[in-house]
Amino acid sequence: MRGEFRFAAGMTATLLLCSCSGSQSALDPQGPHAQQLASLFWIFTAVSAFVWLAVMGVLLAGLARPVPERPDPLVLAPAVERRRLVIVGGAAVATLLTVVALTALSYLSQRQLFARERAGVTIKVTGYQWWWDVRYENDSPERTFTTANEIYVPVGVPVTVKLAANDVIHSFWVPSLMGKLDLIPGQDNEIQFVASRPGVYRGQCAEFCGWQHAHMGLLVIALPSAEFQAWSEAQRAPATAPADAERQRGADLFASKACVMCHTIRGTSAGSRVGPDLTHFGSRQSIASATLTMSRGNIAAWIIDPQGIKPGVNMPNVSIAPDEIDPLVSYLAGLR
Amino acid sequence: MTPWHAGATAVLLTALLGACEREDRPLRSEPLLNESREQIALSTNSPGPGTPIEYKTGTRGEYEKNAFHVSQGKKLYTWYNCSGCHANGGGGSGPALMDDVWIYGSSVENIAASIREGRPNGMPTFRGKIPEDQIWQIAAYVRALGGFVASDVASARHDQIRSHEGESRLPSPPDRTSSQPGLALPQ
Repeated sequence: MRGEFRFAAGMTATLLLCSCSGSQSALDPQGPHAQQLASLFWIFTAVSAFVWLAVMGVLLAGLARPVPERPDPLVLAPAVERRRLVIVGGAAVATLLTVVALTALSYLSQRQLFARERAGVTIKVTGYQWWWDVRYENDSPERTFTTANEIYVPVGVPVTVKLAANDVIHSFWVPSLMGKLDLIPGQDNEIQFVASRPGVYRGQCAEFCGWQHAHMGLLVIALPSAEFQAWSEAQRAPATAPADAERQRGADLFASKACVMCHTIRGTSAGSRVGPDLTHFGSRQSIASATLTMSRGNIAAWIIDPQGIKPGVNMPNVSIAPDEIDPLVSYLAGLR
Repeated sequence: MTPWHAGATAVLLTALLGACEREDRPLRSEPLLNESREQIALSTNSPGPGTPIEYKTGTRGEYEKNAFHVSQGKKLYTWYNCSGCHANGGGGSGPALMDDVWIYGSSVENIAASIREGRPNGMPTFRGKIPEDQIWQIAAYVRALGGFVASDVASARHDQIRSHEGESRLPSPPDRTSSQPGLALPQ
């Protein structure tokens, strides 16, 4: 019995603690917006816990208290009645005050969460089944650029994310940085966040959007300002031409296979906008919407059998000869 | 279980499963081998008395009678920019697909061959660029554009705003026999 009890306690503690930190946790806030939400969560939890404990305490006290025999149960004692009225009235007023206080608190937090600052970076994120198109906007059109599934932001700078969807409703949620907001076809939503510390924060589609909803992840990578500028300059550039024969063969294969029907590689003739932009694919940390880590093996697996890794995904199984895999993978991994 | 129960269960199961084929969604596409097993005559002219023997893999029914394939074809029709030449079926620099004139035959095998191999005067070949199962899906959708596909299989709505109704509301083509294998050459 003791062993079972300890096992249950251990399991409960593990369950309770396992989501308290890490790259995708609303309880480990890394920015002011997430901090607001986390404070709100803890205040609500504390107040609710206190109320529950108080109610349970009174209930137990009431159950344990000996009920005195009364000579005539129909005769009311005015003093007892008055005391009861005061207790019940006090509890009702306390309930009302608690509800009003919590409502006011969440309203004020909401106002702060949706307050807009002048954005340092504006990013348009478009949701597709099941990946994210990420477009960095700029006042001068030649300085805009597109990437996918990974959002780089400078630390300490307000980032405005414009949200749109092209097929079904998705929801953008990076728990460590912000609350969620839906991407709705035909409606433009906007959310703002600040990352206070450099780091990699995982995000996730938070609205069921089909077969591979669970594998529709993204990474937000917060960098110091100078590094972010360097990164965006590198992303703005078109892909470099392959230098060796193997990568050149990969580029030719890319252009003559089904790849070119859906993907863009800026600087080449591949310019379709159906799938993710692959111009600097090799510089990313993950592939297939933060489903696999970036490695040659994973790229090859994804090209050969995308339907085995994410069944139902729009990337089809295409026919590729065994000796064509290595050149293709070298070409894609080298797109840095 | 009494015979009554068994009978009732059988009837219920039949009723439940009866319409499943129309909605069947294969999770994995076909193995990538059968790209050119389809053998159809690209012309009605043939020397001598006999016509060449055609070999059809029987893929047509699987795609034409399945609502999932037809609507996937509709999506791919947009994605691969078929509208660039054929508009939304009305034709532009390429021929119209929703009328009853079929230069290279109206059967789904002929349409798939047109997409796979291309045709003179403009239709590019998509062999190797579009996987075989997607070619069949697009061909099935082109059949739907012509009104050849059953109305409970063709899409009832569009993904984008259009001025006309979905393919399921299209009238059937005037002569259904032209949908049979063989070539319906322009009059």
